[in-house]
Amino acid sequence: MAISEKLDAFFSEKMKEYPTSRSFLVPMLLYSQDEIGYVSDEVIAHLAKKTGLTELEVRNVISYYSMLRTKPAGRYNVQVCTNISCQLRGADELFAHCKKKLGIGHKQTTPDGMFSLEEVECIGACSWAPAVQVNYDFHENLTPQKMDAVLENCRKKAKQ
Amino acid sequence: MADLVSHPDEVRIVSKRFGKGAAEIEQYLKLDGYKAVQKALRMQPDEIINEVKTSNLRGRGGAGFPTGMKWAFVPKESAKPKYILVNGDESEPGTCKDRLILEHDPHAVIEGVMIAGLAVGAKVGYIYIRGEYRYLVDIMRKALDDAYAKGFLGKNIFGSGRQFDAYWHTGAGAYEVGEESALMESLEGKRGIPRIRPPFPAVVGLWGGPTVINNVESLASVPHILLMGGQKFADLGPPRNGGTRLFCLSGHVNKPGVYELPMGYPMKKLIYDVGGGIPNGRKLKAVVPGGSSTFLLNAEEAENINLDFDSFSKRGEFLGSGGVVVVDDQTCMVKFALRIMKFYQHESCGWCIPCREGTDWLKKTLTRFHNGGGLKKDIDNIKYLAQNMLGRTFCPLGDAAAIPTMSIVDKWRDEFEAHLEGKPCPFEPEAVITELPVLSH
Ligand SMILES: Cc1cc2nc3c(=O)[nH]c(=O)nc-3n(C[C@H](O)[C@H](O)[C@H](O)COP(=O)(O)O)c2cc1C
Ligand code: SF4
Ligand code: FES
Repeated sequence: MAISEKLDAFFSEKMKEYPTSRSFLVPMLLYSQDEIGYVSDEVIAHLAKKTGLTELEVRNVISYYSMLRTKPAGRYNVQVCTNISCQLRGADELFAHCKKKLGIGHKQTTPDGMFSLEEVECIGACSWAPAVQVNYDFHENLTPQKMDAVLENCRKKAKQ
Repeated sequence: MADLVSHPDEVRIVSKRFGKGAAEIEQYLKLDGYKAVQKALRMQPDEIINEVKTSNLRGRGGAGFPTGMKWAFVPKESAKPKYILVNGDESEPGTCKDRLILEHDPHAVIEGVMIAGLAVGAKVGYIYIRGEYRYLVDIMRKALDDAYAKGFLGKNIFGSGRQFDAYWHTGAGAYEVGEESALMESLEGKRGIPRIRPPFPAVVGLWGGPTVINNVESLASVPHILLMGGQKFADLGPPRNGGTRLFCLSGHVNKPGVYELPMGYPMKKLIYDVGGGIPNGRKLKAVVPGGSSTFLLNAEEAENINLDFDSFSKRGEFLGSGGVVVVDDQTCMVKFALRIMKFYQHESCGWCIPCREGTDWLKKTLTRFHNGGGLKKDIDNIKYLAQNMLGRTFCPLGDAAAIPTMSIVDKWRDEFEAHLEGKPCPFEPEAVITELPVLSH
């Protein structure tokens, strides 16, 4: 799958803000993933050409960053922080609840492609723990009940 | 988004525009916005640096390096362009303050970057925000566009005939990229593998040019320093520790939140007065004073220390990032040490052996230990492994993994002993043992 012309034009503009052509690579990978769901072979080939790198060099960068993936995830990627501040306020139980509720484990996707689940490191919501990010949206001060409402909301949004 | 809190002891400087709509440029202008940079345009570079030196502002990223001194290291003449780089990677467990600054006061960060640029002779600044903070990237993009539209940024800033450009950039998930040299690698479009020092970034940084790297909060403090005067800022804190700091209170407290308090504020008051004490009638056991990379304090130590850099360095310890994590007496410290080590093992970039192997072995040993498979000799082994990482790794992440581990073994050895030889975790006797990693190959 390829990215839109509009996104590509935006990349070309942003690249002008740096002295070297590869500098904007990490954001380009992330924004491409946001548009098509993952970093596809086509995107890798395209960005390699755009930045003057080899495809291997681009793949090397991808493998370093935990948010980048080369396979699609669920429509809603549920990322549960279990780091210290969240763990002290029930994150392990929350993650276990999500696993049970969705019937999947860490880095797995539901068969209908609606949800994927991930245990993640600190997301900068420590004072509002436990916290979860669904795609880019923060949900804070969660309980299993509040988590159910968050998931239910996702299902509703998907139907619209 | 994230809830705001307040307490009468707060001194609001960096947070004074929180909740006031200052992400909108018009509102920011009404609240003294962009006055400091216009003042800086009328000052000599040395005057700006001296004002920041006088303020005793020390790096809010965690290391506490004096900001004015850092700026003074940048050579006056340079064949290569100079740069300002804002560290908004905020990923240190327990730390969630830069997020509030970027959300509520993005223009203060832009203004801080511009002032730093005027002070060291840089014409370009990059604002690097961690990938997970996408809504903050969007807020920053708009703030930058608005500042350009007004002519505050660009070829002729405030009609002064001088040029300054500021751009946004984003990561894609990596704690290590918050380390200053790895941050530069990431901004250059590479894996975040740190660089050897010297040369320091102030001399050889981004694309080989002199580069000032500062934390979001450090730079957001700078406009206030210019407007109120360095001395007045310095006077808010104890000697050599100027101003206020955003403390992120989390864990077992009744009122968690981000509070702006003067440097040197007593930790005891932070926990019991500001934070409202420990919930459920429990007692204090431990405090992580400034993000997971710092030495943990036991209750007695925590109740007798002040929150400034020197109070900690005097003890050979660190104040850290402002992330204060409070731990009650029903928490298993072995489990806590394990969770911290899981983090560092996950985030180790793998470049150097003591960190890559050390974090992995420690994670395996602690997992086995917490699950009841620990031997007495493992306790000393954990300490020995951590001690041997300390000071022997290519970047400070290895130290950051060793430090909390050593302090937990030292201060809560009895809890390790309580887990020995098949005994279940005393705090979770019901837990099912799932994993006993084999330690030999
Ligand atoms: C592993 C590691 C992660 C770090 N993460 C951050 C971070 O997320 N934000 C930050 O400002 N500083 C971070 N630092 C500290 C930076 O290397 C650097 O000291 C700081 O950005 C300098 O800014 P300051 O002097 O204004 O604090 C980290 C350091 C290490 C070793
Ligand atoms: S200490 Fe860890 S993070 Fe730093 S260079 Fe070595 S392996 Fe990488
Ligand atoms: S520890 Fe969970 S958000 Fe920081």
